[in-house]
Amino acid sequence: MADIKEIIARRVAKELKDGDVVNLGIGLPTMVANYIPHDYDVTFQSENGFLGLGTAAEKGKEDIDLVNAGAQYVTVKPGAMFFDSATSFGIIRGGHVDATVLGSLQVDQEGNLANWIIPGVMLPGMGGAMDLVVGAKKVIIAMQHTNKGQHKILKRCTLPFTALKVVDMIVTEMAVLEVTEMGLVLTEINPEYTVEQVREATEAPLIISPHLKDMI
Amino acid sequence: MKNKIKTVEEAIEPIKDGAIIMVGGFMATGTPEILIDALVVKGVKNLTIICNDGGYPGRGVAKLISAHQVKTLIASHVGLNPEVGTQMVSGEMEVILVPQGTLAERIRGAGAGLGGFLTPTGVGTIVAEGKQVLTIGGKDYLLELPLKADFALVRGTVTDKKGNTCYSKSTRNFNPLIATAAEMVIVATEKIVEIGEIDPEHVVTSGIFVDVIVGGEKPWQI
Repeated sequence: MADIKEIIARRVAKELKDGDVVNLGIGLPTMVANYIPHDYDVTFQSENGFLGLGTAAEKGKEDIDLVNAGAQYVTVKPGAMFFDSATSFGIIRGGHVDATVLGSLQVDQEGNLANWIIPGVMLPGMGGAMDLVVGAKKVIIAMQHTNKGQHKILKRCTLPFTALKVVDMIVTEMAVLEVTEMGLVLTEINPEYTVEQVREATEAPLIISPHLKDMI
Repeated sequence: MKNKIKTVEEAIEPIKDGAIIMVGGFMATGTPEILIDALVVKGVKNLTIICNDGGYPGRGVAKLISAHQVKTLIASHVGLNPEVGTQMVSGEMEVILVPQGTLAERIRGAGAGLGGFLTPTGVGTIVAEGKQVLTIGGKDYLLELPLKADFALVRGTVTDKKGNTCYSKSTRNFNPLIATAAEMVIVATEKIVEIGEIDPEHVVTSGIFVDVIVGGEKPWQI
């Protein structure tokens, strides 16, 4: 089986359209950029202050004044623009970002998201996540389906919320789930798994799409 | 014309114990390290630091935190500096987490004379606790209030003798915002030039906001 992260990143990349403005979270979501068709003009935003984020900087060619929101040395593409943090979050809250891709600790059947704090264990802070998920037109959660078998896709999040009713789609190594008024709809499945296995790995009830197809 | 150029020591002289200080930078990119270093040497205590994040060990505001000089940290992210967690758990330092866009807009609002603003960010989360919720056009918003400071420590790239400042690439972040929201604004810059040398089209922070200019800020060495 292909690398789990690669499966997820490849599938998320298919959601991005030519001309989109996209903000990718740190970690797995950053990998999505590697799988976008070369003839697509997708503008990546870096919330620390620019549009036109390019690839990671080559070793030895880093520019100390140019980092992404994960403090990694990066490059910008021709046509990029720098701005301050208030402008950056105006772009985000103002609905000018077409899609954001983030990891998560928990997501639930209403599209509620919990990805910034585990009380008493981990308190990194929300950074820009709360603004991104309320502001972006489409919120895609890219994550492993479970945490070593422990459910992450729940009836109701148990950790403190990042935001309510914001998630549109969940992409994991097992499946693609869409958040609808009726609940979570299984629209695509990795052919290495059965529907029953996806159900077992998901606490929330699943509606099986009549058009269920392979995600690979 | 008033000479705004001072030494680092002169510049931070007015900063006393208990001061409220905004610091530019995002994970220390765009933080005026020479001003932070001087505050560590001076040893002022019980500071309230307002910054995007807690820096990371050895860089940015992390140096003040490691030296136990910070009583309250207002930031959006502290995950890359383990010392923040340690001091938070021990009760030595209070940490107030604010969503990044809300933090930026609270500072901008203070500098722009606003009494507050309404944001959808944080509705239904613990960020909303104790805050007024207003419904506008059927959508809920939190009332967030402006945030001011006694001092702003800004990192410029090129600054003229009036204080007009430009920033290189992603070092800009919170710097132009904090420059509008503090009683005294100190810019540590890489290069000081004569008035007129910076194209007005390239000035990001006007000299009217800048009280003190310090030269000698160095590019960080990788």
